[in-house]
Amino acid sequence: MAFKHTYFYAVFWQRIKRNRLAMSGAIVVAALFLISLLAPVVAPYDPNSINAWSVLAPPSWQHWLGTDELGRDVLSRIIFGARISLKVGFVAVGIAVSIGTVVGLVSGYYSGLVDATLMRFVDIMLCFPAFFLILAVITIREPSIWNIMIVIGLTGWMGVARLVRAETLSIREMDYILAARCIGCSDARIIFRHILPNAMSPVLVSASLGVAGAILTESALSFLGIGVLPPTPSWGNILTSGKDYIEFAWWLSLFPGLSILITVLAYNLLGEGIRDALDPRVKR
Amino acid sequence: MTMYLVKRILMLIPLMLGITLITFSVIHLAPGEPVEMQMAMNPKVGKDARERLRKFYGLDKPLHEQYLGWVGKLARLDLGRSFSPDNRPVVDKIKERLPVTLSLNIIALLLEFGLAIPIGILAATHRDTLLDKGITVFVFIGFAVPTFWLALLLMYFFGVKLNWLPISGLHTLGSDGYGTVRYLWDLAKHLIMPVMVASFGSLAGLSRYMRSTMLNVIGQDYITTARAKGLSERTVIYKHALRNALLPLITLLGFSIPGLIGGSVIFETIFSIPGMGQLFYQGAMSRDYPVVMGILVIGAGLTLIGNLIADVSYALADPRIRQGG
Repeated sequence: MAFKHTYFYAVFWQRIKRNRLAMSGAIVVAALFLISLLAPVVAPYDPNSINAWSVLAPPSWQHWLGTDELGRDVLSRIIFGARISLKVGFVAVGIAVSIGTVVGLVSGYYSGLVDATLMRFVDIMLCFPAFFLILAVITIREPSIWNIMIVIGLTGWMGVARLVRAETLSIREMDYILAARCIGCSDARIIFRHILPNAMSPVLVSASLGVAGAILTESALSFLGIGVLPPTPSWGNILTSGKDYIEFAWWLSLFPGLSILITVLAYNLLGEGIRDALDPRVKR
Repeated sequence: MTMYLVKRILMLIPLMLGITLITFSVIHLAPGEPVEMQMAMNPKVGKDARERLRKFYGLDKPLHEQYLGWVGKLARLDLGRSFSPDNRPVVDKIKERLPVTLSLNIIALLLEFGLAIPIGILAATHRDTLLDKGITVFVFIGFAVPTFWLALLLMYFFGVKLNWLPISGLHTLGSDGYGTVRYLWDLAKHLIMPVMVASFGSLAGLSRYMRSTMLNVIGQDYITTARAKGLSERTVIYKHALRNALLPLITLLGFSIPGLIGGSVIFETIFSIPGMGQLFYQGAMSRDYPVVMGILVIGAGLTLIGNLIADVSYALADPRIRQGG
């Protein structure tokens, strides 16, 4: 077993290493992690310190990316905004993947009525325009970073559930599952010990793409003023003031948008790279 | 085929019930009441008035009674009255807005498919060339651009800098007095940016999808056969491959409906377009439950019907599915 796993990861690593786009995605993601971790050290200014003498100042040597309507340094706010994006991305996707995996495993393993009920529930959830559902819940509860993460997670698990179910359906018929059943393993043990590890690789892909999606959703919500609330900087809410001052301060709109673009691009490239590396049909 | 159709239509009933149940619980299990919103505005309102308001809106009844009452009315297409000061029936409000959002999205959808299909074919037939790689880069960027940011950039360039296009609403003030041609031209100018924003995001995904189905079809034996018997590459691609590659797009059309309606919140808010998205946003912000619930149900219901139409057309187009069902 151990041998098989090392081999699997070695091949995976070999393949993804050669994919230049995926690697650049991975490097950007790693850099973002570092930046958010070290935000107080890297940021040139306190992201919330107001300076009445340099309001809406264009990019310069003092303020590389300019300042906003309160004279706060845009670069520092973007650096601290990276923290929010990462947090939202990972927690939301963590929730979505956990729910989706459990639903998919149970649905695929037990089949029959349980499967039919759960899958109809998935169908129903997929009918809702996700952004409407998220908007409704967040405005009715109050906007806060925790609510955003939970709601994005609760509305994003359906794809994972379908993926895991499909995997489970085929793994269930394998001989080693029959063997496990013969030696008297409980259902729970079979599901979590024997099926789960083998059904997880496609989930990795949708998790990576899911982080990208969650970051986009969070920024859109914050932009609309119902996500991360000021003064906490997030890329979305910097863009809100960008919109208000678009005629005088292009830097306030350009840079936070580019940050979102680059981050989302990096996660997507990484996700696609993982997909290709896992796909046996793609030639090496 | 008839059996298949009947089965699918019967299946709509439990799904629709599920939609109403989820909509209702999403709204009612959250703390806070619309009455509180109105109270907050006016501190002089006493306890009696509060109770009267709750009674007026039916919020004093137990949850299951509220649900049954709501679904019963829903079955007669009565979505209740808006909590907002105008107190109009929600159905009327939606009726006013739905055509705006739907027509805008249909234009965007036509544009998407009109562009994505040729782009996808181009990428597939020129696989691994510079052209394909260029398209791939464009697609990845398209996936990653936040739509509201794209809207801002367009507004800045075409609206503020160049002053070519109007940046908000659907009509210029006083356009009622224009002649037909001028009126339509004015409308078209207002629509350009919203339609661009609405179609841009999905364009990327769609062309990527088109590329992969096209590649899939080109790899099939019957394409090799067609080539082997000496047909021109044109005929092979456009007559033999394209038709089969277009099939899966039908399903995708059904799937894209919730995204289209959901995405409208962002560009309708930015461009101040009086559509469903804006209505929903305003409704949600003021805790106008009937409006929020009505739009959620209608949005999900439209998706359900869209998926049904997509599946049925797929079955009509592909005999393999028809016989399987």
